[in-house]
Amino acid sequence: MKTVDIAIVGGGPAGLSAAIAASRLGAKVALVDDNDRLGGQLVKQTHKFFGSKAHYCGTRGMDIAAILEQELRGLPAEILSGTSVVGLYGGRVLALASRERFTRLAFKCLIVATGAAENNLLFENNDLPGVYGAGAVQTLMNVYGVKPGTRVLMVGSGNIGLIVSYQLIQAGIEVAAVVEALPRIGGYHVHAAKLARLGVPILTSHTVLRALGKEEVEGAVICRVGRNLKPLSGSARRLKVDTICLAVGLTPLSELLWQTGCRMVYVSELGGHVAWHNENMQTSLCNIYLAGDVSGIEEASTAMLEGRVAGAHAAAQVIGLNPEAEGVIAGSQAELCAIRKGPFGDKAACGKSRLAECAALPA
Amino acid sequence: MTNDESRGRRVGQHPILTFADRGPVSFTFEGRPMTGRQGETIAAALAANGVRLFRHAEKTGRPRGFFCAVGKCASCLMVVDGRPNTMVCMEPLREGTRVERQRGRGRLQ
Repeated sequence: MKTVDIAIVGGGPAGLSAAIAASRLGAKVALVDDNDRLGGQLVKQTHKFFGSKAHYCGTRGMDIAAILEQELRGLPAEILSGTSVVGLYGGRVLALASRERFTRLAFKCLIVATGAAENNLLFENNDLPGVYGAGAVQTLMNVYGVKPGTRVLMVGSGNIGLIVSYQLIQAGIEVAAVVEALPRIGGYHVHAAKLARLGVPILTSHTVLRALGKEEVEGAVICRVGRNLKPLSGSARRLKVDTICLAVGLTPLSELLWQTGCRMVYVSELGGHVAWHNENMQTSLCNIYLAGDVSGIEEASTAMLEGRVAGAHAAAQVIGLNPEAEGVIAGSQAELCAIRKGPFGDKAACGKSRLAECAALPA
Repeated sequence: MTNDESRGRRVGQHPILTFADRGPVSFTFEGRPMTGRQGETIAAALAANGVRLFRHAEKTGRPRGFFCAVGKCASCLMVVDGRPNTMVCMEPLREGTRVERQRGRGRLQ
């Protein structure tokens, strides 16, 4: 059985950044990802990132994936793509399954960077074919060039809902409307303004009541909601759409962390159950780390920074703390602080501070 | 269904992306011949051919399609070359693949 210093699960922005940081510091690293392609959800993100130059601003997500992959391939790290983690034995060994074989991988430290899964929403017929997650729609149209439908209702006006609506139009698909249950638009004004200029109605205080259709989506019923987010009677109306796209948040993919036995806490601001962690991205088990959306729903730029912190800290644990590792950790932590002080960093900052508050409590 | 018929469901001119056609892949869906493209998943090829109903749920028999398209939700389980419970959003399309709708848990053939 092969043994590595650091096993990293997930090859998205967090996992790739962790692998690069740890490998650069001299740790023996293996990165496992269930997709054939590295990059996680970056591979379908055609929009340019905001922020500072250090966070790849002005670069499209899909190009950032290629940059990170190229950087990692230049380092002596082992990359196991097309491979799923299917078990954890004794807290020290991962069971891996690819299409061809089943293997085991022993590690000294584990970094879980599994990301998040899209939330569904409760409404009548929400299981009909044609009700898709926003990420699914992005994968279909931006990775494979296949249209998910011809006319789409977008549910949710956060950045994902707004960006994917714009990308649908870029792919030649009509967006009938964006509905948002809250009385205000959730995402950046710049994204909403682009849609408004194209004539897409963004209906705040509206939600989807039901999907219409027998075997697949043939329409949707939307309605106004009151301050309590309950439907207002008499406000229902039909929309002729063949696709309902849900951009209603994400939930951390914490299964593997639950299995490690580390302390789990529920923090709604972070998207659900997350492994308790400190500012070094270390869980209550000192050799188990996490980074990216699995540690709390945020964005790719913070995922990359958290990955660097986790990778450098785990490397220091294995090969000894040195000024270079300290520099990566402190520098990335400072950048994380700066991003979370920004206008859209409130929620994550609040969630992370709630983790710090429960540090004093017994598990 | 031919490539020409599925073209309407393929993204054409795009301001950022270009989708290279790396060649056709023949497969069958419920015995009907269909054509997909090299390098895509079974789910993408089905969507390009206008197929959205992938299986019927075990208890209710209700129709299901894919939901997450990234191998996380298990909504897209189908019978592929006789093998049930294949997550078609992650499974690469191969020449001659037999794809069938799954009923309930599926049965080993």
